[in-house]
Amino acid sequence: MPFVLPVLYAVVIVAVLPLLAGYIVLMERKVMADMQARLGPMRVGPHGLLQPIADAVKLLLKEDIIPDKADRLMFWFAPLVSVTMALLAYSALAIGPVFQIADLNIGLLFILAISSLGIYGIVLGGWASNSHYSLLGALRSAAQLVSYETAAGLGLISVLLLAGSLSMKDIVQAQSDQGVWFGFSVPFGFFIYLVGSIAETNRAPFDLPEAESELVAGYMTEYSGFRWSLYFLAEYANMVVVAGIATTLFLGGWLRPGARYHEHIPGTGVEWLDALPALLTLGVALYSLSLAPKQPVKIQKIVMVLVALLCLGVAGVLGGSLFAPPAVMQGIHGAFWFMAKVFAYIYAFLWIRFTFPRYRFDQLMRLGWRFLIPLALVNVIGVGVAIVLRQQFAWGPIVSLIPTTLGTLGVAMLLAKDDAPTATAHLVDGE
Amino acid sequence: MVTRRNIVHGAVFLITTLLSTAGIFLLLEAEFLFIVQVILYVGGIMVLFVFVIMLVNLDVSMRQVQFNRQWFVAGALALVLAAQFLFAIWAGRGALRLPAMAAEISPKNTEAVADALFSHYMLPFEIASILLLVAMIGAVVMAKRRVG
Amino acid sequence: MIPVDYDYYLFLSLALFVIGVIGVLTRRNVIIMLMSIELILNAVNINLMVFSRMWGSVDGQVFAIFIITDAAAEAAVGLGIILAFFHNRETVLADEMDIMKW
Repeated sequence: MPFVLPVLYAVVIVAVLPLLAGYIVLMERKVMADMQARLGPMRVGPHGLLQPIADAVKLLLKEDIIPDKADRLMFWFAPLVSVTMALLAYSALAIGPVFQIADLNIGLLFILAISSLGIYGIVLGGWASNSHYSLLGALRSAAQLVSYETAAGLGLISVLLLAGSLSMKDIVQAQSDQGVWFGFSVPFGFFIYLVGSIAETNRAPFDLPEAESELVAGYMTEYSGFRWSLYFLAEYANMVVVAGIATTLFLGGWLRPGARYHEHIPGTGVEWLDALPALLTLGVALYSLSLAPKQPVKIQKIVMVLVALLCLGVAGVLGGSLFAPPAVMQGIHGAFWFMAKVFAYIYAFLWIRFTFPRYRFDQLMRLGWRFLIPLALVNVIGVGVAIVLRQQFAWGPIVSLIPTTLGTLGVAMLLAKDDAPTATAHLVDGE
Repeated sequence: MVTRRNIVHGAVFLITTLLSTAGIFLLLEAEFLFIVQVILYVGGIMVLFVFVIMLVNLDVSMRQVQFNRQWFVAGALALVLAAQFLFAIWAGRGALRLPAMAAEISPKNTEAVADALFSHYMLPFEIASILLLVAMIGAVVMAKRRVG
Repeated sequence: MIPVDYDYYLFLSLALFVIGVIGVLTRRNVIIMLMSIELILNAVNINLMVFSRMWGSVDGQVFAIFIITDAAAEAAVGLGIILAFFHNRETVLADEMDIMKW
């Protein structure tokens, strides 16, 4: 009996994740189009909403090519490792106060460990392709991942000192107890983790190993069809995991923004901020309904109406749970706020992708080792000082971290000033 | 792993062995060591091994004889060693039983290890960090290509 | 969970140790010899963990952490040496590393 609920959650995650990854790709294409002043996919389904399904069907039907001298066992095994590790990391992630497969004592370290195992999928894939470009891309990607994993881990440690536990639920509870999200009280930790997580998932501006104009596609060059889609799924699942960790540690997890704001809607016992999710989803449903008549083709009108009905259903669930027992309401609303923050973090990823140019590999390694890691170490020491201030002199939760932030800012400015001349000096020498 | 001709296959088998060892640690209710084993051994040391395997061109050596000339003597010695250990374990076989106090170790394993590490074993901890620093410097110096 | 007698863990540790020893003594490829050494260290770790669990103290686990740290340092330096040697002599077979032989 105690296994039913975790198995159910696991089934839900494995079933939903490929769809979610596909729709994040659609989101990326639409956001890219928006930032480039164009429209993005519009044909397949209304406003491109069925594009991921078309992509999935295409990938499944593509020919499966294995290079001649490739190591067949490793070629088959490598994408499997990537996907398995990406999916395994969800077992410790707490999507709401209720939706968690396993509340491990060492939950955060578990997710970090599993993410570091994902490197093997990349390295073995590059090796098995028996192609110089793949191997080079794989080694570069692995080196980048290892370096930024260290930096991101150190960024997380500064928050762990404040939270006092490695369990995901306890960390959110600590943020609730201290009344402030750690992203606001330790902004440098957040910044270091943000940069580290972008590099860890091979996203721009750190995507040299897999960018289209470099090394063909790096370690994924020789993979086609379903194997490529496995790597792809692994990358986007990793993005969501990393966003989930950032949300849990820095953005308050499933806590409602404005958790102390208790203004009620006049006449009912419902708080404004609690009704917000339902109202937002209702707004989206009405908007889709208003767009439905303007679609050119009948099938797209039907899909739009279905989308509106789906949003209405979600709004109904969110609104209805307001009148349910508090545990149910906490569970459902917690999951909503968690996913909202995860999507906000992913939006930040996409925004950064389409804003900054790509880093050259040596610049990337320099940034990781000579800027982020020293900064993260100084941040950890600073947070230690803040804890002493809290315990010995009883400073408050936010005030005690101001010296930390200022000290880390000073060190960051010193490090950045130090690096700037050397970064361009090599170019002058004709390297 | 010790019998594979293809070194990359051998490395993958070692990775699975190390992951299984981590699982054994978890079975023995040492969750912190489980995580340390996965992060450091599998996620760090074996990545280093796989890197070096890929940087070194092994096609030539994969086609040569894999086992050296003294394999028979080595095997015999290893069997003798195994026999000695087996005798030691067999002699003490009744003495080891799961104690009844199984429950109290579990929830605070990380805290207990941290307590011990930072109080009683502070000196070895500092020495280990100096060791790592020395090893890091040594490895960087070793692997640099000599210019000119 | 059915509790497993400690003897079986010790047999496992013994088996890993002996396999590691055979690997070190029998193979020509230096990288595989290093990997076998890692196997030996892991066997020792399992042993330590078993006894730490039996006596209920955490000392064995702390020692195991130090062994893992040590193994990392040793692997890094050993692989650096192998890389340097490979750049010079283009071989990773122990039999052919005989520059200092008489």
